[in-house]
Amino acid sequence: MDTESTYSGYSYYSGRSRGSHRHGERSRDRHKSRSKDSRSEKSVTINAPPAEPLLGDSSVRGEEVQDDNWGETTTAVTGTSEHSLSQEDIVRITKDLEDSVGIDCRRYFTLTLAVVLGLLVFLTPMAFLVLPHLLWPEKLQRCGTACEGLFISVAFKLLILLLAVWALFFRPPRAGLPRVFVFRALLAVLVLLFVVSYWLFYSVRILDSQDENYQGIVQYAVSLVDALLFIHYLAIVLLELRQLQPCFSVCVTRSTDGETRHYNLGQLSIQRAALAIVENYYRDFPIHNPALLTASKSRAAKHLAGLKVYNVDGEFPATPAEGPGNNAAAGLAHSQSRAMIAAAARRRDTSHNELYYEEAEHERRVRKRKARLVVAVEEAFTHIKRMQEDEQKKAPGDVMDPREAAQAIFPSMARALQKYLRTTKQQHCHSMESIQQHLAFCITNNMTPKAFLESYLTPGPTLQYSRERWLARQWTLISEASVTSGLKDGSVFLLKCIDFSLVVTAKKIPYIQMSEEYIDPKSHKFVLRLQSETSV
Amino acid sequence: MYFVPGQPVTAVVQRIEIHKLRQGEHLILGFSIGGGIDQDPGQNPFSEDKTDKGIYVTRVTPGGPAEVADLRMGDKIMQVNGWDMTMVTHDQARKRLTKKNEKVVRLLVTRKSLEEAVKHSMTTYPKQ
Repeated sequence: MDTESTYSGYSYYSGRSRGSHRHGERSRDRHKSRSKDSRSEKSVTINAPPAEPLLGDSSVRGEEVQDDNWGETTTAVTGTSEHSLSQEDIVRITKDLEDSVGIDCRRYFTLTLAVVLGLLVFLTPMAFLVLPHLLWPEKLQRCGTACEGLFISVAFKLLILLLAVWALFFRPPRAGLPRVFVFRALLAVLVLLFVVSYWLFYSVRILDSQDENYQGIVQYAVSLVDALLFIHYLAIVLLELRQLQPCFSVCVTRSTDGETRHYNLGQLSIQRAALAIVENYYRDFPIHNPALLTASKSRAAKHLAGLKVYNVDGEFPATPAEGPGNNAAAGLAHSQSRAMIAAAARRRDTSHNELYYEEAEHERRVRKRKARLVVAVEEAFTHIKRMQEDEQKKAPGDVMDPREAAQAIFPSMARALQKYLRTTKQQHCHSMESIQQHLAFCITNNMTPKAFLESYLTPGPTLQYSRERWLARQWTLISEASVTSGLKDGSVFLLKCIDFSLVVTAKKIPYIQMSEEYIDPKSHKFVLRLQSETSV
Repeated sequence: MYFVPGQPVTAVVQRIEIHKLRQGEHLILGFSIGGGIDQDPGQNPFSEDKTDKGIYVTRVTPGGPAEVADLRMGDKIMQVNGWDMTMVTHDQARKRLTKKNEKVVRLLVTRKSLEEAVKHSMTTYPKQ
């Protein structure tokens, strides 16, 4: 069986049903797959080799049963089309659909609430003004000049309020957070209470008694709109301004490869802080490449695989004992692991030596391939020349648009680029189509070969790659404190995604005590420090 | 050769008499001086106490009148012809040594080996 594989991050979505996903299975799958060069550039084989034996682990039996199905996880995608769906893709899409239904319900509910509240708020002042004319027009006093001036004021304030509400609240939602957004909920309740209390007053004192003083009614409506504008001001301060002042410095570490970044955040609730961090994650962190992690995991497995523990006292550690018997089994496991650790520490292993030489060799290989790639790309770019305006009229034949030009020069650099990507284990991040698109883009914008290569030489942020490679769309927030509580000094939470998690630690930015010292510019005086020698 | 502020400086000195040599139109003594109250005492390689701003002999030209008169490199010049050299600027020191109408300069110099010789002689004759 062809065991060479190109690792794609979806190998854990095998033919098993979604419900039986277990953490252990997923992590085991990840460190089992190897990434090696596949034989031909056009076929991709996804494979999960059998598990390495772990000691003293009764779940090994369960894993082996699962491994008998590993043939089903092999998917060969042949042909040049990158649009064929593997079984993994189908499973993933249905999973996404299912999950998104629950979130959409909540989103629509919030949206309808917001629309209802907005309509109530906008129609109330107009209702206040129009109702007296409808209900008791004969008794109403004529509206004088001052009163009509107030009409203009109401109209403009309502217009400003409309624009302000549209600017602040009617933006496309950028995320679905686990818990309700506390400030927004509070503000909605406040507005509702406010409008309801105004309606109460209006209905009791004005509608019931059929007040004739129309100017008073108009002033009442103006006061309502004023108060609404002030509530909007409160909304801006609470929702937008309060978190601008940096208060906490958060350290975000990716659990798989240790990439760390630091951000400054203001006073936010944990879920909003998590949202800000995830948005920054897409920009700052290089894309998560599972293929780079296999080496350390295989080394770790080799450490343990070299030792076997035998129990010569005749007890059976595999029997699931209940009650007091459990302690004996646990104690046995403890002593076994301690014995293993002691033996591993005493054993002289040369794996550090292997690691050193392996890394040196890899470094050399990468640099060699990179040199070949740079030369190939530079040579390819020399074959293309941008045609000037006047030349277009002279030679109409064999003129190409950027896409065709890219397709023309791509074959000369394709091999070098593929080899480089395989050496740096990035080949699953870039498809041929995306490479050609990028080449056409660079040619159109007069970019140099170095600029074209930049996106392949260093792994870029996650957003740079196409959507299928993101591997991180659904995030789970794991926190001991409630997610609507504020960030505190020393709060720790996790943002879990399927392949990895981001560990976030928050630290308070210290209070800065700055003092002033005045130095008179005239006091800058200097003398020469000499040690001259004179002969006499 | 410690300098205690406020107390008179005491040192064991040697008298050295140098006869100036005529070279062209200059009278030379054959050594170089360094130090002075306007100089940086920390850069003086010969002084024990790095705050000592006295005048030190930094070089002695071989075969010159100073070498003949047994002036050594590292000597601190305490007096020149009766004039004090422990608190002078570099230029003042140079002027005192190179007066055109003086053919002979009588220096009082001190060096560490003198102190040690005195101490040694005092300890080896305790019985006397």
